[in-house]
Amino acid sequence: MMSGLSANTVLLRQLLVNFVRDEVHKVGINKTVLGLSGGIDSALVAFIAAEALGPENVHAICMPYKSSNPDSEIHARLVAAACGVNFEVIPITPMVDAYFEIFPDADNMRRGNKMARERMTILFDHSALLRALVLGTSNKTELLLGYGTLYGDMASAINPIGDLYKSQVWQLSEQMGVPSEIIQKQPSADLWAGQTDEEELGFSYRQVDELLYRMVDQRMNRKELIESGLAGDFIDSIYYKIQNSHFKRRLPVIAKVSNRTIDRDFRYARDWGK
Amino acid sequence: MDFTVVLAQIKPKLGCVADNMVLVEEQIKKALSAKADLVLFPELALTGYFLKDLVPEVALRLDSPEIQRLVKLSGDISIAIGFVEVTDDYRFFNSALFLEEGAIRHLHRKVYLPTYGLFDEQRYLARGQHFRAFDTKLGRIGLLICEDMWHLSASYILAMDGATTLICLSSSPGRGVGGESLDSATAWQQLTSTTAMFLNCRVLYCNRVGFEDGINFWGGSEFVSPSGESIVRGNIFVEDLVTATVDEGSLRRERIFSPMLRDENLFVTMQELRRIERERGR
Repeated sequence: MMSGLSANTVLLRQLLVNFVRDEVHKVGINKTVLGLSGGIDSALVAFIAAEALGPENVHAICMPYKSSNPDSEIHARLVAAACGVNFEVIPITPMVDAYFEIFPDADNMRRGNKMARERMTILFDHSALLRALVLGTSNKTELLLGYGTLYGDMASAINPIGDLYKSQVWQLSEQMGVPSEIIQKQPSADLWAGQTDEEELGFSYRQVDELLYRMVDQRMNRKELIESGLAGDFIDSIYYKIQNSHFKRRLPVIAKVSNRTIDRDFRYARDWGK
Repeated sequence: MDFTVVLAQIKPKLGCVADNMVLVEEQIKKALSAKADLVLFPELALTGYFLKDLVPEVALRLDSPEIQRLVKLSGDISIAIGFVEVTDDYRFFNSALFLEEGAIRHLHRKVYLPTYGLFDEQRYLARGQHFRAFDTKLGRIGLLICEDMWHLSASYILAMDGATTLICLSSSPGRGVGGESLDSATAWQQLTSTTAMFLNCRVLYCNRVGFEDGINFWGGSEFVSPSGESIVRGNIFVEDLVTATVDEGSLRRERIFSPMLRDENLFVTMQELRRIERERGR
């Protein structure tokens, strides 16, 4: 593995724990809420938040659908017990099924997106209920590939792991003591039985992280990437994925009319006054 | 002369001058009770760093009540501090003041405004035009703001102008977690150490901490001796109050031991720089 993908996990842990503590406390809040899927990304975020704020101030919600793998809830429960955070199960089957009774022909993509957005509404409702900030759990690999649902799992107030590649999520999870069952299992969006991310994407996270690191972080051009041993069609397909999912990483486009348009020439940090 | 300096590694609030004034005054009190002669604050200590369109709202005139209050406090202790300065012709500068004995001893306006990567200073701020050393009761000092120090010429000019102490006020964002320590910290530590060694000057580096929109400022404020050795260094990531005793003896001994600065040939340097300037102009 290249040195750039291998992280100093002691330092990284310190940085991310400080990030959560600082960004949560500065808005006058001391609690967070997050969705715990049973996968590694949300497990790591729960561990970081528990260390930053105390586990009693972290509220984890597991939101299974009837087709979710039963192991997912078991794993989510295991993670919550391991880091000591509050844990609650809220099934989304009634709400999702009620909707698709109107659209029985909906495909897997529509169903998967709906489930992700259903979970988002529950998290933001609990944000108001508990006076807690919603923690994001999308990593850099999936954010760059657009492998997530806009306004669904991509929605959050703050995200501690959005600048960590999946390979780095694995490393930091080891360091922080995330249970090994979670670290070792195949990553899955758990939209249908037996689904795995790597099968659906068509490449492994380790492969794509190498490419993304060299292309995005090191800014190697196509020629340099090929010379470094990567296949041309793999490079092109990933470049295309990044380009075509870029809308998911930006605010909605606003038609410019005035001299000061939000985010164009009306520019303030989000931490304005904090 | 020997003196005691306090590096106030603080966490300013973004765009909140009044709150930051309170914070700064608290640190000045602490420095006074530590019997310090000098207290340093980071770049843009009164305002926070990623100001963007807030720049005009938080900018202060030199005759503003806030600056005048700090000038008054410098009657008891010398102060170096960063803020946004607005001039009569409505230019905004990333400035630093050195205050002493109830007066402004020196004003430095940041010359090198980084506008690349995560930085966007030149969009909002005007460029300073000078590097000048100045006399204080603690000896002759050169004042730099963050990116200024990454230009060899800046420290070189100040050393040639007679500064024996280089002060750098900083708001340095932390990034790079692949190595033994934070990449930005490693880079800065190399820079301050090498600069001190090349120019036989001591370096006082004051950096802030805290987060703005997910970007951390890493702290690690330090005192580097004229031989390039780090004498005392603040914690990374967290607020700290670093106290250093600066002794004249180590400067004197270093300048006897490695008299590179004495031997520096200003005539050759100027002759070659003028030639390069002429040739570039063609």
